[in-house]
Amino acid sequence: MSDKPIIIEDETPKAQSPFSEAWGMFRRNHAALVALFVLAVIVFMAIFGPLLYPTDPFEMVWAPFSPPGQEGFLLGTDYLGRDLLAMVINGAKVSLLIGLAAALVSIFIGVSIGALAGFYRGWVEELLMRITEFFQVLPTLLFSMVIVALFGASLPMITLAIGIVSWTAVARITRSEFLRIRELEYVMAARACGVSNTRLMFGVILPNALPPIIVQSALMVGSAILFEAGLSFLGLTDPNVVSWGQIIGSNRQYILDASYTVTIPGVAIFITVLAISLVGDGLNDALNPKLRQR
Amino acid sequence: MLVLNFSLMHLAPGDVADTISQSMGGADQEILDQIRADYGLDQPFIVQLGRYIGNVLQFDLGYSFFYNMPVTELILQRLPATLILVITAQLLALTIGVVMGVISAQKPNGLMSHFVTFLALFGYSAPVFWTGILLLIGFSLHFQWFPVAGMRDVTIEGGFWVHFVDLIRHLTLPMITLASVFFALYSRLARASMMEVLGSDYVRTAKAKGLSVREVVYKHALKNALSPVITLAGLQFSAVISGAVLVEAVFSWPGLGTLAFQSIIARDTPTILGILFFSALVVIVGNLLTDLALRLVDPRVGGKK
Repeated sequence: MSDKPIIIEDETPKAQSPFSEAWGMFRRNHAALVALFVLAVIVFMAIFGPLLYPTDPFEMVWAPFSPPGQEGFLLGTDYLGRDLLAMVINGAKVSLLIGLAAALVSIFIGVSIGALAGFYRGWVEELLMRITEFFQVLPTLLFSMVIVALFGASLPMITLAIGIVSWTAVARITRSEFLRIRELEYVMAARACGVSNTRLMFGVILPNALPPIIVQSALMVGSAILFEAGLSFLGLTDPNVVSWGQIIGSNRQYILDASYTVTIPGVAIFITVLAISLVGDGLNDALNPKLRQR
Repeated sequence: MLVLNFSLMHLAPGDVADTISQSMGGADQEILDQIRADYGLDQPFIVQLGRYIGNVLQFDLGYSFFYNMPVTELILQRLPATLILVITAQLLALTIGVVMGVISAQKPNGLMSHFVTFLALFGYSAPVFWTGILLLIGFSLHFQWFPVAGMRDVTIEGGFWVHFVDLIRHLTLPMITLASVFFALYSRLARASMMEVLGSDYVRTAKAKGLSVREVVYKHALKNALSPVITLAGLQFSAVISGAVLVEAVFSWPGLGTLAFQSIIARDTPTILGILFFSALVVIVGNLLTDLALRLVDPRVGGKK
């Protein structure tokens, strides 16, 4: 969190939609704005990059270990003489896609478990929280390595493996939000009106519990990207696709000859995750304005 | 958070064994194709499950057909290396983190504060294996200050201290790499909790008594600011082990992570599951130790519950 002073505006408040209000708060966090822009560029590159720069990332285009900027290859070539720029561009798609999908999986699991535990209390909560604790004890990377190793390293399996091990934080946040909100008056009112449990959970409580969950989800995308990079660095990835971690892993033995083959994809991961966490920070400012007034 | 640590303590090993065997259930189909009924895999799932849990309770994790030795023995052989790495990295991260946090808390808008915020972002965003490789390129290949890989130099001869120095030389880079992820986290929390403590009444009283700033900060405030940091450090144990797997891979550190990686490639299921089980044990023990440390820092903790 940055320590910028809080500007309190003295104007008469105008009616604002929640979205524009949040955007207004978000805009004040300059780092987050820049990060959002960077992120947009990266996403654009991931989607349209392969069209704009149609070199096949698996094709051997030049002699191995040609340094960046020389012989017509902006980022040089790797140990098999493949174009590193093409690999980084194509890797963006896989890294972002897995990051997003894995975050979605873990949010889905986390929200369901947290919502059930926080809403029903009693033995349901006891059981679900025990399960959550259990998952917290298992070292996440080892666990997903085991899943990927046992069930095969296809992209959906990797996504699932990352999602399965990283939902605990979401579950905890969702649960505590549910515990707080379920006692509020408007929930009582809805309950008194005879609203069903399912609708209470997902129609009444969940929308009000969303802000911290959204912030956590943003961070989750970042850590899922790191996670995927770690797995593919170890070689636990689909050999038919390029991803940033995999470029680093496969070029690791050649750092003496060509350290840039390792540095460049690493920078890509670093910038992406940094941008995502800054945006998450901005979202935090935008969605939890109360927290800012400390 | 105390409740959490307490329930972690109550988590029986049976629980752990349970889920591990469930993932073993998934493995059966694939492995049945490769190895025959010698390993008892033709038995019904329930029988295997029961047998596995029974064995695990007696610390018998099965036999590694790849390394040709009992899994427990294999793991115990590799465990010390991982423990050395994990514990030193945690201690280093905690020390630097707390020191930086305390310094920056005294000047919330100073240079140090911004530096801590920046480092925290860096530590979170940089992939740990990448940091490791960068350090490796810089300090082992370029400057050749530290060895490139491994845990000890087998050619070295001499007494205990010679070997000790050798170990430290090998340990330095992996330890720093692993600590880099976590110290930023600790320094941020240490900074926040120190700022909170510094604003409290008893600190003002201490200042009013005429104690020097130094005494107030290090004698009165630090002890109270420490407990959230220690709690967080306890919660990070499983993340530290995950990081250790990658760091071990980068530096060829002969610990559990490297073993896990090798046995995954060799499809050595008993070993993989054994490692998973053991690392969960390590995390639980880590949490117990955290609780003990908390009681040392803050005697009130023992009173609740």
